[in-house]
Parts: sequence; structure tokens; C-alpha cells
Amino acid sequence: MTMSFAQEAAFIVAAYAVTAFVIAALIAWVVLDHSAQRRLLGDLEEQGVTRRSWRQGAAG
Amino acid sequence: MAVIDFANPTRFLRLAARVLPWLAAASAIAFAIGLYLSVNAPDDYQQGATVKIMYLHVPAAWLGMMGWSLMSIAALGTLVWRHPLADVAGKAAAPIGAAFTFICLVTGSLWGRPTWGTYWVWDARLTSMLVLLLLYLGVIALYWTAEDPNRGSRAAAVLTLVGALNLPIIKFSVDWWNTLHQPASIMRMGGSAIDPSILHPLLIMALAFTLLFFALHIAAMRNEILRRRVRTMRLMQAQSLAEARA
Repeated sequence: MTMSFAQEAAFIVAAYAVTAFVIAALIAWVVLDHSAQRRLLGDLEEQGVTRRSWRQGAAG
Repeated sequence: MAVIDFANPTRFLRLAARVLPWLAAASAIAFAIGLYLSVNAPDDYQQGATVKIMYLHVPAAWLGMMGWSLMSIAALGTLVWRHPLADVAGKAAAPIGAAFTFICLVTGSLWGRPTWGTYWVWDARLTSMLVLLLLYLGVIALYWTAEDPNRGSRAAAVLTLVGALNLPIIKFSVDWWNTLHQPASIMRMGGSAIDPSILHPLLIMALAFTLLFFALHIAAMRNEILRRRVRTMRLMQAQSLAEARA
């Protein structure tokens, strides 16, 4: 049985749409996670918490 | 400076900041060229226009397997040398590899319906690829749910090395068993069986996906290093508060 172009197009469009969605979700995940971690680090530094290596660096 | 010197979280963050924009730009350019060539590539004489799904399916399959290979090398780094950056690399690669394996399975299913007449069949290639996705989900669960991150990392590293046995099964499943899935047609003895008019767009798309994978992996590693710094600082804060109260 031969498929019409419209039927073939539906499968092609669905495959590209799913791929685009998953890739967009991955990009959003790394970008939003980066912002969240930077914000958390900033908040801790504002509270005066420093990493051990920084303390050692300051002492040395 | 030797390459091993970059296996230091602080140096890695500096390197990531320099490399990421170039990798992202190279991936975007490769995608633009690859998509243009894919749209203009001829239809297959048997599969018609649905062959265009191959430009997504094949690179996603390669990267799903490459992600696990990368995690296996990182697992050795975690278990043998106990290197913190190896653990970061393994943890960061898992969701990305899982996403590409998912893309491979979904696009394969959407390609299978018009060409084979079915979305799914329990043949060796499809089943071993589904097992890879389940292994990815298992490793992600171990990394993210363990109360003690070190124990979680070691357990994930062991599962990763055990799961690496699935990689040759995926690769050679089409040779070892009778499968509905076609045998290897690109990486095989005697060269590719695909016409250059279809092969070239596929290779450009594979390059674009690979560049994207590494850009996402480096970005996810950077985030994981920052997450560990936040955890360390919170523990130090809690310790200081406990000492002040005592």
C-alpha cells in the first residue's frame, strides 16, 4: 500500500516537532539551572558564607 | 598547560565559559546547513519522503550510545581514580543521553509506521535501545535520589559499567538476530551503502547533533559544579550555626 504525500508529511512533521521540543527542553533546562545555581551562590555569598578554598586563599 | 590540568573544577569553569559560545554557534550553523540540505535531499525510491526522518533518527541513535560510552569512561574515573570531575561528567551526561535515546525511539517509531506498517515491534534492535533508555532512567534515579551523593555516584558508576554490556548488543543486534530493523548501512565493511545525495545531509546533521550534545554536556557539567559548591557552602553554613549554638 502506497501512502499519500500528506500522510507521509504527517509522520515527518511529527518526528521533527518531537525532536525540536525535546532539544528546546534540554536547552531550557541547562539555561534555567545555571541561573538558579548562580542565584543560590549569590544568596549564600551575601549571607557571608564562603568556600573553604577562598578562606584558605585569603589566609594564605 | 597539560590537558589533565583542566580536570580541575575551577579551571574547567573558566574553560567552559570560553568554549561554550563557540560550540553553540558551531552547532547552530551546522543545524542550519544540515536542515537546508535535508529539506532539499531527494526522496528514497522505496521509502519516499519519510526518509527525511532518518536525518533525526540516526544521529539521535548514535548520540544515545555515545552518551553511555562517555558515562562509562567517567564511571571508570569515579570508581578507579575517584576524580570529582569524572563523577560530574557522568551525572551531567545522563539526562542528555536519555533525551537523545528518547528521540531515537520516537522518531524510529514514527518512521516505522509508514515503512514497516507498525509503530513498534519487539525485535532485538528496538528492544535493546529501549533497555538503554531504561538504564539511563535508572542511573538518573540513582544520581538524584541518593541521600549520600558519594554513595549514589558509586552505585550509578557500577550500573553504568554493567549497562555498557548493552552497547555491543545494540550495535550487533541486527547481525546476531533476524530483525525488522535494517542492518548497518553507514558504518560497515566496504563503505556506506547510502547514496551521497542522502548521506551528506545525514553526516552534516550528525555533526550538528554532536556539537549540540557537547555544548549541552559542558553546560550541564558547569551547572553541576555550581550545584556542588552550593551544597558545600550550605553544609559549612549549617556547621557554623551548630558551632555557634554549642
